[in-house]
Amino acid sequence: MTKQEWPLYEVFIRSKSGLSHRHAGSVHAADDEMALTNARDTYTRRNEGVSIWVVRSDRIVASDPAETSAFFEPAEDKIYRHPTFYDIPDEVDNL
Amino acid sequence: MTPDDALTRYVTRLGDNALVLGQRMIELVAASPELEEELASANFSLDYIGQARMFYTCAGEREGAGRDEDDFAFLRPEHEYRNLLLVEQPNGHFGDSTVRAVLFESFYVLLLDALTHCSEGGVAEIAVRAIKEVRYHLKHSSQWLVRLGDGTEESHDRAQQSLDSLWRYTGEMFVADEVDAIVRDSFAGPDLEAIAGQWRHAVTAIVNAATLDMPDDGWMATGGKEGRHTEHFGYLLADLQIMQRTYPGQAW
Amino acid sequence: MYTQGLDQKGEAVGCASETPEQLAAFQARIDAEEKIEAKDWMPEAYRRTLIRQISQHAHSEIIGMQPEGNWLTRAPSLKRKAILLAKVQDEAGHGLYLYSAAETLGVSRDQMVADLLAGRAKYSSIFNYPTLTWADIGAIGWLVDGAAIMNQIPLCRCSYGPYARAMVRICKEESFHQRQGFEIMLTLCRGSDEQKAMAQDALSRFWWPSLMMFGPNDANSKHSAQSMKWKIKRFSNDELRQKFIDVTVPQAKFLGLEVPDDRLHLNEESGHYQHSDIDWQEFFDVIAGNGPCNSQRMAKRRKADDDGAWVREAAQAYAAKRAARDVA
Repeated sequence: MTKQEWPLYEVFIRSKSGLSHRHAGSVHAADDEMALTNARDTYTRRNEGVSIWVVRSDRIVASDPAETSAFFEPAEDKIYRHPTFYDIPDEVDNL
Repeated sequence: MTPDDALTRYVTRLGDNALVLGQRMIELVAASPELEEELASANFSLDYIGQARMFYTCAGEREGAGRDEDDFAFLRPEHEYRNLLLVEQPNGHFGDSTVRAVLFESFYVLLLDALTHCSEGGVAEIAVRAIKEVRYHLKHSSQWLVRLGDGTEESHDRAQQSLDSLWRYTGEMFVADEVDAIVRDSFAGPDLEAIAGQWRHAVTAIVNAATLDMPDDGWMATGGKEGRHTEHFGYLLADLQIMQRTYPGQAW
Repeated sequence: MYTQGLDQKGEAVGCASETPEQLAAFQARIDAEEKIEAKDWMPEAYRRTLIRQISQHAHSEIIGMQPEGNWLTRAPSLKRKAILLAKVQDEAGHGLYLYSAAETLGVSRDQMVADLLAGRAKYSSIFNYPTLTWADIGAIGWLVDGAAIMNQIPLCRCSYGPYARAMVRICKEESFHQRQGFEIMLTLCRGSDEQKAMAQDALSRFWWPSLMMFGPNDANSKHSAQSMKWKIKRFSNDELRQKFIDVTVPQAKFLGLEVPDDRLHLNEESGHYQHSDIDWQEFFDVIAGNGPCNSQRMAKRRKADDDGAWVREAAQAYAAKRAARDVA
């Protein structure tokens, strides 16, 4: 008999107001509500959270690591996007 | 008894409910149906032990005889514990422990809500802290009862059986004795008659959502408030008290 | 210590499809202290070793709940009860983080649990010993968690990202575990004669099994070299074991307790404690399933799984019904 397990959910926690959600790990749950409470019980036992997002793992769309160079390198060529590209005299404030 | 006496006994009873239910839930460690449920269950046990400590400490201070939380927890004979019979029932299977939780916590949340208005500040304070925890427990346990009732045929049957067999322990929660009456009248404490109606309403909603049938009110077991326990309690106490009884007066 | 079982079997050889260039590029990333993440290319042997190691670590946390859980209902004060309960709960949590990390490598939690219940997977040998007295709870926190911490801190820098991050989370939570154990021992050693004798007895029974936690001597750990190269293992078994002994013996002295080894002495030159040989036959017996509590630990774990099957099915059935209703 094959056992059917509860689906896997990825858990994202915002630990303090003002910060972004960060990936904390995963939990198994039978439904979305359970995923939320399981995530709370697992990842915020020491008051580490103000907001929790859970997403079924199979709904996450991710970039392919094998395509890393094609996906990310073209951005590396456009160095004018970085502030360090520009030479501003020291005397000019607020730039 | 004086009103102060009554309140002290009342607070001790609250401690007893929390300790006994906490102890039962502790027995579920390493026996949960899923790892995530282990974490939830342990949280609830910790909450109950925490509440027991707060209530016993309050009772000890009120009593003024030098008894601390451990004296209340470990050194009284069986007939001095005045918890509800419902919370000392054995864990059984997951359906039994879930139903026990729903039936007790639906009541406890109403009781604590009333106690947040208790004229005795120390008690009100504990109620304010405890009610947050118990609301979360109740949400958890009632969601589970719905999953079991509206899950598979097997889970539905088991949940119905649990409800039917534990129902006889619910009547006791609403029977006011002298202590309840004094706390209600002299300390703005809970009115069990009013709570009974609200409880029935809330439990009916959960039971309906779970596609289960409300049991008929039949014979109700009582005795907890007089210290007359079911046979299970002696064993629970034996486990709980063994270290302090074997090594009296030592520090741990 | 979570590789105790790995040292015994022949490990996976590389796949035919892995080219020397790929392997070299991978090794270069490791050497540069880059973290390998879930979907990155990795040698099959790296993946399989990690799955075994992480899942063994997870199983150890879960099974480890049992010897300590054994004393929850009998804890001698409400404070100790609460602290122990929080510790055992943390262990469940650690198991969960570790299963989570292992799942990123392509194995399901169900599969890992099935392997454990079928006796195909290992867990740390120490949890096959019984907790006979309250003092054992102190000894476990002090010695077993102490040994675990020694192993876990370097793992925070292991090459596989999800495992390293799980270890960071675990180490943060672990710090109170060892302290609570030592505090129990201290209270007992400062207490009555009976309490002190209880503490001594616990140390006498848990000392050697704790040393065995670090695994066989380096000379007999065939697969350590590859794990070290891949930075899945950062220190050798003997290095960690020696460090543990050097740190713990003074603590035992402070408690006024005797380590059960009459050849234990400080070598002034090396600065390390030298000790009697470990009885490796006991170690091999225990990891082969013939320790005092192996069958009891597995039986309890299996029972929880069996008893819970109808509950898990109910939750799934309910979720499916709701999904159908939501669509309708």
